[in-house]
Amino acid sequence: MVGGGEGGGRVGLLENANPLIYERSGERPVTAGEEDEQVPDSIDAREIFDLIRSINDPEHPLTLEELNVVEQVRIQVSDPESTVAVAFTPTIPHCSMATLIGLSIKVKLLRSLPQRFKMDVHITPGTHASEHAVNKQLADKERVAAALENTHLLEVVNQCLSARS
Amino acid sequence: MAAATALEEAAAPLDALCGLVQDFVMGQQEGPADQVAADVKSGVYTVLQVVEALGSSLENPEPRTRARGIQLLSRVLLQCHSLLLEKEVVHLILFYENRLKDHHLVIPSVLQGLRALSLSVALPPGLAVSVLKAIFQEVHVQSLLQVDRHTVFSIITNFMRSREEELKGLGADFTFGFIQVMDGEKDPRNLLVAFRIVHDLISKDYSLGPFVEELFEVTSCYFPIDFTPPPNDPYGIQRDDLILSLRAVLASTPRFAEFLLPLLIEKVDSEILSAKLDSLQTLNACCSVYGQKELKDFLPSLWASIRREVFQTASERVEAEGLAALHSLTACLSCSVLRADAEDLLDSFLSNILQDCRHHLCEPDMKLVWPSAKLLQAAAGASARACEHITSTVLPLLLEQFHKHSQSNQRRTILEMILGFLKLQQKWSYEDKDERPLTRFKDQLCSLVFMALTDPSTQLQLVGIRTLTVLGSQPDLLSSGDLELAVGHLYRLSFLEEDSESWVAALEASGTLTTLYPGAFSSHLLPKLAKELHKGKSDVAREDGLMKCSRHFCCLQALSAISTHPSIVRETLPLLLQRLCQANKGNVVTESSEVIAICQSLQQVAEKCQQDPESYWYFHETAIPCLFGLAVQASMPEKESSVLRKVLLEDEVLAALASVIGTATTHLSPELAAQSVTCIVPLFLDGNTSFLPENSFPSRFQPFQDGSSAQRRLVALLTAFVCSLPRNVEIPQLNQLMRELLEQSCCHSCPFASTAAAKCFAGLLNKQPPGQQLDEFLQLAVDTVETGLASGSSRNQAFVLLLWVTKALVLRYHPLSACLTTRLMGLLSDPELGPAAADGFSLLMSDCTDVLTRAGHADVRIMFRQRFFTDNVPALVQGFHAAPQDVKPNYLKGLSHVLNRLPKPVLLPELPTLLSLLLEALSCHDSVVQLSTLSCLQPLLLESPQIMSLHIDTLVTKFLTLSSSHSMAVRIAALQCMHALTRLPAPVLLPYKSQVIRALAKPLDDKKRLVRKEAVSARGEWFLLGSPGS
Repeated sequence: MVGGGEGGGRVGLLENANPLIYERSGERPVTAGEEDEQVPDSIDAREIFDLIRSINDPEHPLTLEELNVVEQVRIQVSDPESTVAVAFTPTIPHCSMATLIGLSIKVKLLRSLPQRFKMDVHITPGTHASEHAVNKQLADKERVAAALENTHLLEVVNQCLSARS
Repeated sequence: MAAATALEEAAAPLDALCGLVQDFVMGQQEGPADQVAADVKSGVYTVLQVVEALGSSLENPEPRTRARGIQLLSRVLLQCHSLLLEKEVVHLILFYENRLKDHHLVIPSVLQGLRALSLSVALPPGLAVSVLKAIFQEVHVQSLLQVDRHTVFSIITNFMRSREEELKGLGADFTFGFIQVMDGEKDPRNLLVAFRIVHDLISKDYSLGPFVEELFEVTSCYFPIDFTPPPNDPYGIQRDDLILSLRAVLASTPRFAEFLLPLLIEKVDSEILSAKLDSLQTLNACCSVYGQKELKDFLPSLWASIRREVFQTASERVEAEGLAALHSLTACLSCSVLRADAEDLLDSFLSNILQDCRHHLCEPDMKLVWPSAKLLQAAAGASARACEHITSTVLPLLLEQFHKHSQSNQRRTILEMILGFLKLQQKWSYEDKDERPLTRFKDQLCSLVFMALTDPSTQLQLVGIRTLTVLGSQPDLLSSGDLELAVGHLYRLSFLEEDSESWVAALEASGTLTTLYPGAFSSHLLPKLAKELHKGKSDVAREDGLMKCSRHFCCLQALSAISTHPSIVRETLPLLLQRLCQANKGNVVTESSEVIAICQSLQQVAEKCQQDPESYWYFHETAIPCLFGLAVQASMPEKESSVLRKVLLEDEVLAALASVIGTATTHLSPELAAQSVTCIVPLFLDGNTSFLPENSFPSRFQPFQDGSSAQRRLVALLTAFVCSLPRNVEIPQLNQLMRELLEQSCCHSCPFASTAAAKCFAGLLNKQPPGQQLDEFLQLAVDTVETGLASGSSRNQAFVLLLWVTKALVLRYHPLSACLTTRLMGLLSDPELGPAAADGFSLLMSDCTDVLTRAGHADVRIMFRQRFFTDNVPALVQGFHAAPQDVKPNYLKGLSHVLNRLPKPVLLPELPTLLSLLLEALSCHDSVVQLSTLSCLQPLLLESPQIMSLHIDTLVTKFLTLSSSHSMAVRIAALQCMHALTRLPAPVLLPYKSQVIRALAKPLDDKKRLVRKEAVSARGEWFLLGSPGS
């Protein structure tokens, strides 16, 4: 299973050499409104995307954005209702890292969003063999908390969330 | 008796010599060797006498003693080889050659002696060869110590430098001997010398005979270099030194090609990144000496390796080196001289590349298009022939693909590739128009570009605009019809939403293309723009106000964008000035924003003219009288009070006019500037309006002599003009002008006019050469300031004058500046002027945009900020401690301004001494002080975490408090400091971790996005502290 994941990863790496498909978006340009003290800026999909796009893939020296695992169009957010939903797309249907990637996204959002937000991280429908099982794990608060008690898992998640050197 | 004394005197040094020799050889002391050498040098005794004194020790049966004896001789020779006579050299060489057969303990000293002799100029012909032969025969070099091996290499290097012809006489034996010497060498110090020798062997054309492959083997075995210098290496040899000197050897001759190329291919295929890079770079270097003959057999493998590296790239550097190597290979194949019967490999090589790449360009999923395009472009960029070969195949293919794909982003990718190939064309010039490969595709390319320009996707439009610019810069490619269409598109794009990327790009493209096709733009674009500008005036009522305003603005921007050619400037400038006159006519409601927009356009035109003196003078000569004329007219008192006219007198409009005047003056030559200044100064001093275009005014223009406040305001325009003049232009009636300016600067009816006068005075003062007149002006200024400060009514004006005069002097390091700065510091405790004085420090330290600028020829010393800091910060700190509580913030604020403007590298070493003050400043309620303090502390946290650790408690508390400040900038800076805190040692931070993480949850919900961003990154780092995997 791990071997399969690696094989798939290499193909993914090759695809990503092509900037057409998975180009990295630049920094969000700062607008006049954002610099105005008075105007409130609501949390939007791009802001959520900026939070998660630079998460490192557990296996490759590439970000989730470069691997096209996360995309801005797959993020639904409502600031007034305090909800956010992120769908992510594993590189191949049998990717063994799907749970770990989902966990990293979840942890990043937990650390970066105000507590009032209710967050839902799930796999883009139809892109993974065990989609249902992974989604269920990610939605289970206790399981997520337990996973972060595990030193090894926490280490991997932290590596994914560390700024790239 | 006398004879005996003489004998004794002669014998005395010899006795001393014997003593010294004894001490060295038997006594094992090191000092005597240098003593003997010094004596020989100063002629106390000869080398022969030294040999005689050594006598028996040179033949002593005990090898250690012999070695010691020879060592002394060698050390003397090393220092005195220049004194040796030919006869002595011959004997010494014979002796040393003979000693090479001696015991191994003796050899190091013998080699030292030979090295000394190899430096001697008296060495007779033939002996160099004999020494080398003896060494090659008798010494097994690689069993010696590193130092001794180095000596052998030095001997060889010395002989190669001075006895090249003799060594060449040895033929290939020399090469063979050297190969044996070098074989197995491992020390990087020796390798650097050895590589140098091999390089010389090849480049100076020594005979390699049958030993080419051996020589290659003995050097290439080090490739690729794998060497990491030990820590604290005293020799300072870097990996790159070895790589480069080995590469110089390997790539020095085509004769290595048959051995080297297989090796390079093998190493490119290896898994090690550095080996790939080194191999590709070496291949690149080889291409400059190789020809088709050397490359022929290896081309398929080389291409396969490079292609693989670029297609499956894991590293951008490997990709870049691969492309560079392909470029060099193609260039090498393109310029090799061919024999008549040989086939040209370039065509078959390029066909290979095309065959492997072209189908990727046509794959519907476009996975490998970019790597393929990069490979093709690397090859095409190598020569005109390669470019033509590849372009003629690829362009039709890409043109077809463009039409096959329908999505904008796919089309954009294809157009970007086309653009890449078009840009390559610019590298080659074709004499014959029909030869140009692009001529055939011109129509297709144009229609494709126009499709891109009308596409809704901004990205595609942008590439389209860039492509249009590149097509336009191909000489004689576009027909006048194409140009008319292109100009039409650019006209349309110029009215897109302002600030959009396409709009900016279209204006830039118009500017570039205007320089090439002024005629097309003059006949197709200018009339449309002129009409649009005119329409803006007449259709006010019918159009929606906002829409008109923005179209109008776009039109002005377009006019200034195309003013890149002198002939166009002669059309656009009158249009803009005419528009300004209409605005002043008063029959239209003119917003000040519109006048400002016109001024901005005028200023951009002036900036574009700065490169061309003739255009620039045209601009100055046309615009300056017109602008002054309009302003003077507007300042005239009128019976029917027209509100409209007064638009020109508003602060912002005057500032905009002033900056046009400044920009149109700074680049004047001194002669022309002198011509202009004789019109403008009399206008203000004497009301001489004769040079203005319309000069019949209802009353006189007397801005200084009790003129109306409207007229006084125009001093701002005079300021812009005289403060932009070159320093050596003489200003007429200077004395009178300065006095009038001083007087006006204290006039309290109109702050705008008095500030303008103060700035003008300061600007002139800064440029005034030292001397009596300057001192007089200064005295006058100081008197005026003091009188003003002592009065009650014009204190503010006097303060402003003081501030500007101080600035003028600080910039030029004038001695009086210290005194004035102290006066300014005194005002910090002034109940009325204190806050203003604190803010004044900001003005002192910042760069002005209008007066006292380097562009305006002011005397600005580069280190003035550092100097101001060193001179005044101690006093400020002292003042702060001594000041009563209620004025302390003024000192802190002044200090903040000084610290803020100082370059960070200069500031950092000073900050620790100011640390306690900075920590205190964090509690100050002024947001300027808070912001400046935070921005000082942030780099300090990164640079000196140890010192900062001592204050962790204060820092955490204060930063967290400031992260909920009402000012956004302070919140951001405080959170950045929270982030920087994570650089402190973890044990210091961990006790605060949970508190900080809880506290930082609040700014995560800040209403401003920029604040949230900082909160996210700070909180993320705090989470990682002391956590596994960070």
